[in-house]
Amino acid sequence: MHNNLLYIILPYTAFTIAVVFTIHRYRKDAFTYSSLSSQFLESKELFYGSVAWHFGVIGALAGHVIGFLLPSGVRWFNGVPVRLYILETTGLLFGLLALIGIISLVVRRATSSRVRAVTSKMDVVVVTLLLIQVSLGVYIAVFYRWGSSWYVTSAVPYLRSLWALQPDLKMIEPLPLVIKLHIVNFYLLLIVFPFSRLVHMLVIPLQYLWRPYQIVIWNWNRRRAQAHAPQPARQPAGVTSPADEAAAETQPVSVYTR
Amino acid sequence: MVFHLDKCIGCHTCSIACKNVWTDRKGAEYMWWNNVETKPGTGYPTAWEDQNKYHGGWEQNNGQPDLKMGRRELRVLNIFHNPHLPKLDDYYEPWTYKYEDLFDSPEGADQPTARPISMITGKYVDIEAGPNWDDDLGGSPVYAANDPNLDKLTEEERAQVFEIDKLVFFYLPRICNHCVNPACVAACPSGAIYKRGEDGIVLINQEKCRGWRMCVTACPYKKSYYNWSTGKSEKCILCFPRLETGQAPACFHSCVGRIRYLGGLLYDADRLLDALRVPDDKLVEAQREMILDPRDPQVREGALGNGIDARALEACERSPVYRYVKEWKMALPLHPEFRTLPMLFYVPPLLPVMAKSEDGLYDSSNAELFSPIEKARLPMKYMASLFAGGNQDLVRYALKKQYAVRLFKRLDTVGDMDAAAVKRALEQLNMTEEEAEQIFRLTALPLFDERFVIPPSHREQALQMLNDDMWAEKGGAGFGFREAPVRGA
Repeated sequence: MHNNLLYIILPYTAFTIAVVFTIHRYRKDAFTYSSLSSQFLESKELFYGSVAWHFGVIGALAGHVIGFLLPSGVRWFNGVPVRLYILETTGLLFGLLALIGIISLVVRRATSSRVRAVTSKMDVVVVTLLLIQVSLGVYIAVFYRWGSSWYVTSAVPYLRSLWALQPDLKMIEPLPLVIKLHIVNFYLLLIVFPFSRLVHMLVIPLQYLWRPYQIVIWNWNRRRAQAHAPQPARQPAGVTSPADEAAAETQPVSVYTR
Repeated sequence: MVFHLDKCIGCHTCSIACKNVWTDRKGAEYMWWNNVETKPGTGYPTAWEDQNKYHGGWEQNNGQPDLKMGRRELRVLNIFHNPHLPKLDDYYEPWTYKYEDLFDSPEGADQPTARPISMITGKYVDIEAGPNWDDDLGGSPVYAANDPNLDKLTEEERAQVFEIDKLVFFYLPRICNHCVNPACVAACPSGAIYKRGEDGIVLINQEKCRGWRMCVTACPYKKSYYNWSTGKSEKCILCFPRLETGQAPACFHSCVGRIRYLGGLLYDADRLLDALRVPDDKLVEAQREMILDPRDPQVREGALGNGIDARALEACERSPVYRYVKEWKMALPLHPEFRTLPMLFYVPPLLPVMAKSEDGLYDSSNAELFSPIEKARLPMKYMASLFAGGNQDLVRYALKKQYAVRLFKRLDTVGDMDAAAVKRALEQLNMTEEEAEQIFRLTALPLFDERFVIPPSHREQALQMLNDDMWAEKGGAGFGFREAPVRGA
């Protein structure tokens, strides 16, 4: 019963909340999507914390995602011991990088009065959950060796069974408590995701790499606007104009490409 | 936009008008979309002109313009920590005073004082910098001597600036330049910043901005500011809600010295890349080349064909900006070498040595025409470093023209001038008496409607194109937030 609650009901609830409220927030409150950077207030310590944390956590997350998407590939890769050692070490290094990063960020947030002025309650919740998650992850990597291999044979089948809507707990039931905590804590992170600053990871500006440098936006097409003159008769509220009188044109115009 | 520096009295009314209308909010206390600096001086934020420190603006890489912040591919890696972001301490920590102490303090031997407290942390602060920290300190060895423009001067020229008798300064009001080639737009990873096609105003879409802060670094004029509370960047919007209703922006409208001029300029955006290929000292002329004559029939036809309203075109014909910048060549852009093609032009201030004082005798006779210009108290090299990418001829011409107009009007009104010499002065500058009279009129006696010739923006036409229920907009101001601009969790 209690297993069902933690490993079936909780993940589906968390996932639903994450998806629904993230979309809702993006549609209704786009203004709140921001990196909420505090570099302007404190920059020196942020460098070590933020760079270590972000590269570390992206590496560690990428490892989990690859294992989820390509379990057989990872198993094949780990078939040769040297490759297994390399993968394990890389994973651990990313985890340690993230751990050092987040500890440094926590210390910074606690000691800089300027940064504390922009710290919300949700920030405290998020950073606590992340600290727990990364600590557990590093602990697991150190004390439950060859995680890259057993992850794809125990946790991944469970996660994939959730994805396939046929939850199957038999692979994770025998896992040690620490690993179970790591899984449950992940679901908690999913629940707070849409209500916290974590949403900024969805708005990474990758499009910047290929967009033209300059953006010019015409709020309206003058030629079309003039075609509409003289003024149409007054319309009562609620009557919309025909669809072909399209809304304001907001097409970026490239002045030059590089 | 043209700012006539010879008329600026440094009263900061513009700054206050702007602050009261736009930035009197949490997170924006330190923002001065409009500020007035003393030159020589370090300005705001401190030493903003030093691009070795701030890495703003553009540079030429193999004939291609790219941001001074670095290659685009590598810049993406700076997203977790922007190495060139100005810090709060490069500006100042906004403060207020604990006024309630004046009323609530217990009775004692001392007078209670209102101690300064930070508007960020709420704690007591020692005020170490402010928005006008070096105001009027033109000769100061602590502040003015750190002006980056002085680096280009020789020892002698520097000594001349700081010689106590010749202590000299002027005021430089600054707002966003609404550049033709804005570095902030080019640097924005989210694509939130854009230039409006209709009027060229550069705006940050607050709903698209994600607070990556690249615009703050990229803008060489440091006119994009990061709101530490909302996590969004903000900048001067040229009071577009006022402009769209035919009113001058607040800073223009409130200017006591009436130094500000606003009017339309037509330019050929296709010439942008060519204009950027020239060396620094040719940039001003290249930018002037881009500006088109609204009276030219071919230009008119092209503009009308592109859907520019005839009334807007008519406003461009009367534009005071066109006259100062293109016709009279008196107004120059600030630091053109940043290569953003700023659209705010300055008429450089005339600071001539009009007389010399020897043995207590004040001698104001000048042997040669224009010799006071050559002996200007601020070296021509300094002015050229500010306004012409090092091209002293352009500054000299603009200053001589102002001087010639003075000679011409003195002959006209006082009559104690040598008429032939005045004529020669005008001829040297290829200037007719009629032009001198017009420069005098627009400089000294311009009416409100002559200073601000705002092309109509025809919002009514835009409204007609909306699919939305247009009567829902009735009574609305046409701008604002659909949701409250509060910080996300």
